[in-house]
Amino acid sequence: MSTQKITLAKGLNMGLRKAMEDDPKVLIMGEDVGRLGGVFRITDGLQKDFGEDRVIDSPLAESGIVGTAVGMAMRGYRPVVEIQFDGFVYPAYDQIVCQVAKIHFRSKGNTKMPMVIRIPFGGGIGAVEHHSESPEAQFAHTPGLKVVACSNPVDGYWMLQQAIACDDPVIFLEPKRQYHADKAELDESITPEPLFTSRVVKTGTDLTLLAYGPTVKTAMKAAEAAATEGKSLEVIDLRTLSPLDMGPVLDSVRRTGRAVIVHEAHVNLGMGAEVASRITEKCFYNLEAPVLRVGGFDTPYPPSRIEEDYLPDLDRVLDAVDRSLEF
Amino acid sequence: MSHAEFGPDLVEVFGPSQQDGGPELVQLLTPEGERVHHAEFDMDFSAEELRGFYRDMVLTRRIDTEATALQRHGELGIWAQLLGQEAAQIGAGRALRPQDYVFPTYREHGVAWCRGVDPLDLLGLFRGVDHGRWNPNDNNFGQYTIVIGAQVLHATGYAMGMQRDGVVGTGDPERDAAVIAHFGDGASSQGDVNEGFIFAASYNAPVVFFCQNNQWAISEPIERQTRIPLYQRALGFGFPGVRVDGNDVLATYAVTKAALQRARDGQGPTLIEAYTYRMGAHTTTDDPTRYRLSADVEHWKLKDPIARVEAYLKRNGLVDDGFLDTVKQEADDLGVRLREGCKALPDPDPHAIFDFVYDEIPPELAEQRDGFAAYTAGFEEAHS
Repeated sequence: MSTQKITLAKGLNMGLRKAMEDDPKVLIMGEDVGRLGGVFRITDGLQKDFGEDRVIDSPLAESGIVGTAVGMAMRGYRPVVEIQFDGFVYPAYDQIVCQVAKIHFRSKGNTKMPMVIRIPFGGGIGAVEHHSESPEAQFAHTPGLKVVACSNPVDGYWMLQQAIACDDPVIFLEPKRQYHADKAELDESITPEPLFTSRVVKTGTDLTLLAYGPTVKTAMKAAEAAATEGKSLEVIDLRTLSPLDMGPVLDSVRRTGRAVIVHEAHVNLGMGAEVASRITEKCFYNLEAPVLRVGGFDTPYPPSRIEEDYLPDLDRVLDAVDRSLEF
Repeated sequence: MSHAEFGPDLVEVFGPSQQDGGPELVQLLTPEGERVHHAEFDMDFSAEELRGFYRDMVLTRRIDTEATALQRHGELGIWAQLLGQEAAQIGAGRALRPQDYVFPTYREHGVAWCRGVDPLDLLGLFRGVDHGRWNPNDNNFGQYTIVIGAQVLHATGYAMGMQRDGVVGTGDPERDAAVIAHFGDGASSQGDVNEGFIFAASYNAPVVFFCQNNQWAISEPIERQTRIPLYQRALGFGFPGVRVDGNDVLATYAVTKAALQRARDGQGPTLIEAYTYRMGAHTTTDDPTRYRLSADVEHWKLKDPIARVEAYLKRNGLVDDGFLDTVKQEADDLGVRLREGCKALPDPDPHAIFDFVYDEIPPELAEQRDGFAAYTAGFEEAHS
């Protein structure tokens, strides 16, 4: 079976194409997704091949995009909505939280809401304000939504198709810094693991490093650097944020006794707080140290010239690892 | 203060006083029950149709009266009254075909009636036993939406779905379909409503925007929402707007029927402003005496939607006492059914709150559900 090396952007593009080929009810909607192929080119070429009725360039109004997608889902379509940047999702926040998340519950299951809302998230691209944010906790806090984050090209390909096939609404977070960065080998013939599962991406014995989206790469680098000092870190890509898949996390922490979670979002009430709480509830007697969090500071996202000081980087992760190991 | 460089005076552009709806109000039956004609929207009505409108409005008003009383007796937590808006809703509701789809607010009890939704099912939401117990796809009548204006976008998206299903502009009356989106004058200020207008215009979606301007958004008068007659806003979005006498069931029916047909034919959206008045309170928790004059209410009482049809029917010998008595008996029976049925609506099982959060329940929520079940079972054992 042939394989090919792809970027995350290509993986997502291929995933969308495959989903549209497999199911004529799948539609794409968003700003600039048609002829331009999206500002990140994730939908490149799709309007040309599937037509303007299925790849819909929308007016510039995020609530309008999500709200009309709700109506199309009610009519039996499976809309895949692109929000251009994380910080632009807020005009649609009401529709997402009050409508998308609640319609299935409100209607006692009579109305399904199979919608995917793709959001490029996270920083590190030198952008102006509102283009580098990590709003995942706000959606993971909302019952009725499922929230996932891909971290690499192969997951981008599979997870997006799985999210589109899901009958529940899925917030699909894409680490925009990775779109055109590293390539990975895609083998389309394999059977992917289920969508709502976390994954051990590197085994280790001394400490469990938890990450998702853009910070998986940071965590892997930290594990490599720690290995040179004789420290064995296990790295888990959470992949799914709501629901959380705690099984592999708890198994790991029971062995290592230590955990550090890394995300770009603000630490206060972020995903790390929930994960730390669940580890403490289930692994209290296995813990050798408090679960530590490394994330964005509790400030608005800073001007880009200092964003690398704000974002959790290799050194801040290693600092937390050392503090845990020395506890 | 007219400054030419900022354009003409608004009064010059938008016309004279809008008192009683202004000169462009489409009307086919005057408040006195006189049949009048209109160059564009005139149509003939059979005696049976007219009696049907009358019956629908009387029964709808009874639903409203009974539900208001049930709230006063503590059987409903709240009720959103439609008193005075029966003609707007019945006219719009009866203009629909089965394949059309309705997106209501939480006050569309008359439209629900036209669609065949059991009025008892409307009460569950207001009693607090569910969020709307009818299946939207049984009668193509969507769920009541509480967030003001949100459903206007859903309606537009649904209409875009119809376009993709090839049920617009085929010329087949059994096949061609349209959507009607209900909202009020207050909602006309919402971003979602305006975005709905923009999307519908941009894609030429088969949707009729049906705005019941009942003059009040709780305590805020229409003047707080708009400086121009609402129907005239449509022009700015690129589709026609019509102001119809919302207390005239014939005119509302005729205008809505024409707008729906226009949408089904693939000619795009229309804004209908049904000019009416909220005779009751916003809801049963509201107190309109704090913000409006009783003289205004008295003025609108003279425009009652049911009285004018009754006057026309009687004057023209289209009804006899037998018919009127039958309708009254039907209303009384409906009242009994609603009173008894409301009290018999069961409270939901607390354990069922987990059931429909998702189509596929995540393991962690299932764990929470099972934990809650075990927790409550502990109490049952303690009491047994």
